[in-house]
Amino acid sequence: MSLSSQSALRGITRIAAVISGIALAIVIIIPIWRIELDAPQYPEGLEMYIHANKLAGDVEIINGLNHYIGMQELHAENFIEFTVLPYILGFFAIWALLVAFVNKRWFFYSWLIGFVLFGVLSMVDFYKWLYDYGHNLDPKAPIQVPGMTYQPPLIGFKQLLNFGAYSIPDIGGWLMAGVGVMMAAVFVSEFLASKKS
Amino acid sequence: MTKIQSKFRIAAIGIFSLSTLIGLNSCKPKTAGSAVSGDAAQKVYVAPGEHDEFYSFTSGGFSGQVSVYGIPSGRLFKVLPVFSVDPETGYGYSEESKPMLNTSYGFVPWGDQHHLAVSQTNGESDGRWLFANENNTPRVARLDLTTFTTSEIIEIPNSAGNHSSPFITENTEYVVAGTRFSVPFDDENGDIPINSYAEKFNGAITFIKVNPETGRMNIEFQLKTPAVNYDLSHTGKGPSSGWFFFSSYNTEKAHTLLEVNASQRDKDFILAVNWKKAEEYLKAGKGRKVKTNYVHNVMDENTHTATSTTINEVTVLDILDLEGVCYYIPCPKSPHGTDVDPTGEYIVGSGKLASLIPVFSFSKIQKAIQDKKFDGDFDGIPVINYEAALHGEVQKPGLGPLHTEFDNNGNAYTSFFVSSEVVKWNVKTLQVIDRQPTYYSTGHLTVAGGDTKKPFGKYLVAWNKITKDRYLPTGPELTQSAQLFDISGEKMQLLLDFPTIGEPHYAQIIPASLIKDKQKRIYDINKNSHKYVAKGEDKTKIVREGNKVHVYMTLVRTHITPDNIEGIKIGDEVYFHITNLEQDWDLPHGFSVKGNNNAELLILPGETKTLKWVPNRVGIIPFYCTDFCSALHQEMQGYVRVSPAGSNVPLAYGTGDTAPGAKK
Repeated sequence: MSLSSQSALRGITRIAAVISGIALAIVIIIPIWRIELDAPQYPEGLEMYIHANKLAGDVEIINGLNHYIGMQELHAENFIEFTVLPYILGFFAIWALLVAFVNKRWFFYSWLIGFVLFGVLSMVDFYKWLYDYGHNLDPKAPIQVPGMTYQPPLIGFKQLLNFGAYSIPDIGGWLMAGVGVMMAAVFVSEFLASKKS
Repeated sequence: MTKIQSKFRIAAIGIFSLSTLIGLNSCKPKTAGSAVSGDAAQKVYVAPGEHDEFYSFTSGGFSGQVSVYGIPSGRLFKVLPVFSVDPETGYGYSEESKPMLNTSYGFVPWGDQHHLAVSQTNGESDGRWLFANENNTPRVARLDLTTFTTSEIIEIPNSAGNHSSPFITENTEYVVAGTRFSVPFDDENGDIPINSYAEKFNGAITFIKVNPETGRMNIEFQLKTPAVNYDLSHTGKGPSSGWFFFSSYNTEKAHTLLEVNASQRDKDFILAVNWKKAEEYLKAGKGRKVKTNYVHNVMDENTHTATSTTINEVTVLDILDLEGVCYYIPCPKSPHGTDVDPTGEYIVGSGKLASLIPVFSFSKIQKAIQDKKFDGDFDGIPVINYEAALHGEVQKPGLGPLHTEFDNNGNAYTSFFVSSEVVKWNVKTLQVIDRQPTYYSTGHLTVAGGDTKKPFGKYLVAWNKITKDRYLPTGPELTQSAQLFDISGEKMQLLLDFPTIGEPHYAQIIPASLIKDKQKRIYDINKNSHKYVAKGEDKTKIVREGNKVHVYMTLVRTHITPDNIEGIKIGDEVYFHITNLEQDWDLPHGFSVKGNNNAELLILPGETKTLKWVPNRVGIIPFYCTDFCSALHQEMQGYVRVSPAGSNVPLAYGTGDTAPGAKK
């Protein structure tokens, strides 16, 4: 381990770490992702919110509609993610606070690597989840359109039969992204500072 | 006279006559076409997807229902079943709603609905409830404006022709019901000669108390009065708070050919009632319990089931025993409308055969009572001197004044049946400001908030009695016609004709903002405590109790559970208790059975309703959802197998994998 990685952190990095810790703790209780559905018959729109520990919004109505095309019903208890995600977020929140407390570059770097890995794995998991949900259809479904699958977009807009599906991060997701961007920025400044020293 | 002179004279007469004729011709009233000015279409145009600014709750008259229009577009949104059965929704046909139409005479499938009142707080519309009268079998209903359904109906004892109703006090403390027909009271022998009217018949004015939280009605007391006909009424407000004014006619006490015999006197009366004081007499125990028989029907929002309770007693105060409560104010020629202006100071009487409109002053009435300026009494009730009570008369307003409403600028608007017009006049100065023809013969008229302390003004609707050529003809029976006026300017501007259901009498127009955001979209199925609810397909079942068969059924897009039923026999009474499992907006399901001697049901999300069916032939009987609920609506169906009486086909039922005989 190099000398510089044992160096103390800059003040701004420690502040950023504390903010990140608090932000990630908040993410546990607010919606992270949002899927909005619009159809001619639903001018008021349907919304599903993905929290760390549950699904909220018009889940029952969406389940009712999805039976036509044979999609599985969504129930939070069927996904291990909703059990472990609050703990993972809590873990990263505490770790971020420790970054400020331990005050070592290497400790900060390892948090950042861990957090980026967590972000990537989460998105991969989410994609697989959407894929399965959109492709694994009941063969006896009343409405079967040859070649049609119903995988909602990971992020962005996609037309699925009469429904337009719009998938975007909710406040929690934006907070997580903000944490990532902020910590990456302070990482760059730490890195430049370490080159100078 | 020379020949030339006489020729000249003939020519002069000719020219004069011609010019007079031309002049007369130009005096001919304008046609309807020219009465509508250029920007009318723009003022009533509500673009697709946009909402109207006002709701109009309009009485349905002999249809027994209430209709809901948007103003200014004049579009009909809904007909609300209140006093008449409605096979479209199953109102009066479902087992749950049958008690709503129960009366002391048994089940009455029809009513005559004349007047409406939106509940008020501090004299302003609050948009919580809508009260509706029934004329024929005297009743008052309360509708909930979060669901637009009838919550409650109470019958009025000792009355006949509940016309002077359901007018309310400033804070909806009371709904009143004044009888049109005087009749013998329920505790007296009614088997008497009709010509004993003057001696043996009585009038009743009923005060129905309204629970300020729940809206629940109960008859607090009745005033027993000498025999006359009560016509209309309105509450006092502001300074006249605590008083109620009832128009009366037939002070001639005719019991036959009222057309002539009840039109003899120059003046009939407005009855001023100090109800606050009547309440004191009630508290002091002046009331007498009178034996009677009337019903109170209540729809429970959680069980979705109505109950009908019979009540055997009512507290009656005889107005002859109450000093300082009742006074007669003379009013010309069989008064119809009695309307109180927004300040509460002026009371307008409309004698339907009069050629002027008297406006009474509340402060003058009070002074006259204080100074005892009475012209004797009528039937023992003091008659206040006409001049002493009078603020002034509107001279030559038109012919046949019926009703008056008010705007927020001190103006009154009176409808005229005979001269077929609406006349705008100033309440203080009594000067006529404008008159516009109506098509034809206006009965009631409504200004938005026009009977409250704070009228919204802006629009006036004339509810006309005669239609003739206003629309494409539809055979001898024509729609009724309403006319919308813009009253925001000095002159009233005709904007729109629109057709109405039944025969509208009074209406209430209130801003949409008062109620549209409080609308329920569904009934919460978790709160459904119906005796036969099935909260899920796994809760469906069929229970046989002798020849009564209870089917606990569910509907959800797009199937019925159970949809195959076997083991029903001739002689059975089948009750389909159907729960709509949907919890999404605008997803009713319907339900009907082939050959059922009954209506269909329309079941809203989260609701349970029961349809009775008595099968009368052996065979396969289909049933299906009648409301196009979704893409696979045509698949939403089922079969009942009906076997002969005494058959041993076992009771079996299910849907899909659980259907009788299905391969597991």
